Amino acid sequence: MKKMKLVMVGNGMAGVRTLEELIKLEPELYDITVFGAEPYPNYNRIMLSPVLAGEQGIQDIILNDLAWYKENNITLHLNKKVVRIDRSKKIVYAEDGTEAAYDRLLLATGSTPFILPVPGSELQGVIGYRDIHDTNAMIEAAGKYQHAVVIGGGLLGLEAANGLALRGMDVTVVHIMPWLMERQLDQSSAQMLQKSLEAKGLKFLLEKNTQNLVGDEGGRVKAIRFKDGTEIPADLIVMAVGIRPNTALAESAGIHCNRGIVVNDTMQTYDPSIYAVGECVSHRGTAYGLVAPLFDMAKVCANHLARLGIARYQGSVTSTKLKVTGIDLFSAGDFTGGDATDEILMHDAGGGVYKKLVLKDDKLVGAVMYGDTKDGAWYFQMIRDGKNVADIRDHLMFGQSHLGNSGHAGQNSAALMADSMEVCGCNGVCKGTIVKAIKDKGLFTLEDVRKHTKASASCGSCTGLVEQILASTVGGAYAPQANAVKPMCGCTEHTHEDVRRAIREEKLLSIPQAMQFLNWSTPNGCASCRPALNYYLLCAWPHEVQDDPQSRFINERAHGNIQKDGTFSIVPRMHGGITTAAQLRRIADVTDKYNIPTVKVTGGQRIDLFGIKKEDLPKVWADLDMDSGYAYGKALRTVKTCVGSEWCRFGVQDSTQMGIDLEYALDRMWTPHKFKLAVSGCPRNCAEAAIKDVGIIGVDSGWEIYVAGNGGIKTEVAQFLVKVKTKEEVMEYTLAFTQLYREEARYLDRTVHYVERVGIDYIKQRINEDAANRKALHERLLYTLQGAKNPWASENVNAREFATLKLEAADTATTA
Amino acid sequence: MNNWKQVATLEDIPPLGSRVISTPQGDIALFRTAENEVFALLDKCPHKGGHLSQGIVFGKKVACPMHNWHIQLQDGNAVAPDVGCARNYPVKMEGSAVFISLA
Repeated sequence: MKKMKLVMVGNGMAGVRTLEELIKLEPELYDITVFGAEPYPNYNRIMLSPVLAGEQGIQDIILNDLAWYKENNITLHLNKKVVRIDRSKKIVYAEDGTEAAYDRLLLATGSTPFILPVPGSELQGVIGYRDIHDTNAMIEAAGKYQHAVVIGGGLLGLEAANGLALRGMDVTVVHIMPWLMERQLDQSSAQMLQKSLEAKGLKFLLEKNTQNLVGDEGGRVKAIRFKDGTEIPADLIVMAVGIRPNTALAESAGIHCNRGIVVNDTMQTYDPSIYAVGECVSHRGTAYGLVAPLFDMAKVCANHLARLGIARYQGSVTSTKLKVTGIDLFSAGDFTGGDATDEILMHDAGGGVYKKLVLKDDKLVGAVMYGDTKDGAWYFQMIRDGKNVADIRDHLMFGQSHLGNSGHAGQNSAALMADSMEVCGCNGVCKGTIVKAIKDKGLFTLEDVRKHTKASASCGSCTGLVEQILASTVGGAYAPQANAVKPMCGCTEHTHEDVRRAIREEKLLSIPQAMQFLNWSTPNGCASCRPALNYYLLCAWPHEVQDDPQSRFINERAHGNIQKDGTFSIVPRMHGGITTAAQLRRIADVTDKYNIPTVKVTGGQRIDLFGIKKEDLPKVWADLDMDSGYAYGKALRTVKTCVGSEWCRFGVQDSTQMGIDLEYALDRMWTPHKFKLAVSGCPRNCAEAAIKDVGIIGVDSGWEIYVAGNGGIKTEVAQFLVKVKTKEEVMEYTLAFTQLYREEARYLDRTVHYVERVGIDYIKQRINEDAANRKALHERLLYTLQGAKNPWASENVNAREFATLKLEAADTATTA
Repeated sequence: MNNWKQVATLEDIPPLGSRVISTPQGDIALFRTAENEVFALLDKCPHKGGHLSQGIVFGKKVACPMHNWHIQLQDGNAVAPDVGCARNYPVKMEGSAVFISLA
């Protein structure tokens, strides 16, 4: 089949990202030709500020080098400006006469800085701030001249001013409004920003209107004069008063433009063969100037160019971060508020911290932060998700508690960290390494950073820090994806919820069936979606779905924990932490017989045997003659108990027996992540029930049930669910909550994550207030667990999993 | 000069699974894809020596159980951005008999 021709006009970030996405989807569909007016391949425009500040060179910010275009068979015309589109013949013409025919045309012409039409604006030394050319002109001027004036106190103007000051110029920022960055900041935060920038040596003239620019006899600018008659010297004027979409080409071809090339939700212009992305576009009346929305557009556009036709761009909520070293500022959404909104405000002028949260109908709609922006990404996520925050309103201002919990020395502000400080304690990644990877490799998403550096890729507790580093390095380009629409993994567009719904409603009964029905893009998934699918299927259709061991992590396949030397550790079940002389004797005998090097008492009141060879596991289990303790699985781990009323002089309830009963009831249960319980016999809570998935505390008049506590990566105190009188009620409520979690949590979410997402009120509503639902959940879990088998029992062991093939035995079969 | 040895039959290896052969050169992992192709790699992840045979097989890749590096079965190379290579061994099939060459 003859390939179609795709021509792209403009060689910037949005356009090239579209091509990258397209090549990922359909590498063979098009012959691609690119016209770029600049002499450079695609570079990272948002990194121009660090280049200006002298922190990076031009080479460092190239995103796609010439080899990339070549590898992907893209014909690249650099330094060639397209001046005409013939829509009837479908040909574009460049200034130098080069022409290219197209079947699809992609306009990514970007924007140009708006130059104030004041007398003198044509003088030498008056520039915008947009591309490498402008940056070089500014660097050159900084070497020769003294006085710089930046017109425009917005994001770009301040970054330009900061860079010029760092290059030794005397810089004044002129701004027409009463405070800086008025589109991102309110007056208080803007004044704090101004103070910090003044401390760095910048000067500010606010509410100043430019009358004209004054030139010298050589035709170079030498001063700026204002409408109030005052004048200051200026050898360099940088206009940063806004950008204007480049629509001249489109307009000349008769394509409908209205402050941007008008596109629909598929990024198509009024000419169906012509698409447009990036800053040149007007979508639902909005033109975007930050990178994150442009990348969203790129993804949608590529989807349609690849003829998949399923993506829609519905506009973006953007956030802003100023890339000036040492200044922490974050703003997102609608921060000005109004009659229908509430504000939560914290202002510590002395400490240099200001935070404002704007709420509407119990949802966060905007945030401005200065000085302490560590929760910026978290707030932004909530704004994008439209999450109801009624539950957490009283402590919303104090941020997300998991930041800095463990593994990074309690650090929770990335800006204060030195480059040599460790961010990710699991993988030993320092801040400097992350920043370097973001800059060198052109990374924009958390997933990219995880892939390249492994930071936050293991336990995830430093995710907040990594997000902050990402946000402060790429500025407004950083946008966390709205959780509600996050696909399960790279193999699918569907969210966890979509997949579970399809499995339930369509009665999908196997992984291949689910993948086929849901149009998985890979033949057999990946190591992240297969275990999730396996769990979702088993959870939705117990006794009907066949478990797929090959879609389980090794620990769940071998029913032990793999250790770094490839041996395994195993933990036999000791219900409620109670054991017997006979069990202990067998454990001792097994330890001797198999030379088990380490025997450890665990925090979950049982015994862990370390260093067992995989092929010995079935024999060890047979000799032990105990149940698997599932210490390796996304499953019921342990029910920790205190001694309770049977022995303890304070105990008011028999917590040990309650724990034993619960552990028997929930044994052999798979869950989205590990699941731990504890039962204490009195409020002294010796079993540490407050940090368990379900914690039960005996009181004189009955039992209190707490849920969604956590003691690991994210320390979180469990929340009160209900107080009940009888053991039967404890059983019913606990099992009902467990089943709700099993049915609704995303795979690998602990109860703490699940309850944080849905809110404790929702849990109470489903469990406490809806008795019929509670009983139904309870029943479903009992049904699921009916006849569940001990995986360690010899009749249930899959011998092939454990036996090694021997080369010697095969020797006789040697062929020539 | 290849030194072919029959080490298994296709049925010995679960689809999308793996088996280990102990050899004088160390443990070798045999992998079987969904399309019944068989590949052999030294059972040692180039990252920190994790046992690749214990990983989840998908497409023509295996995810190391230690730190989730993805290793290509055909050549043992780590999937970018990770860099490293596990030694690979030629495999041939005669009917359902699986041969590897240790030469």
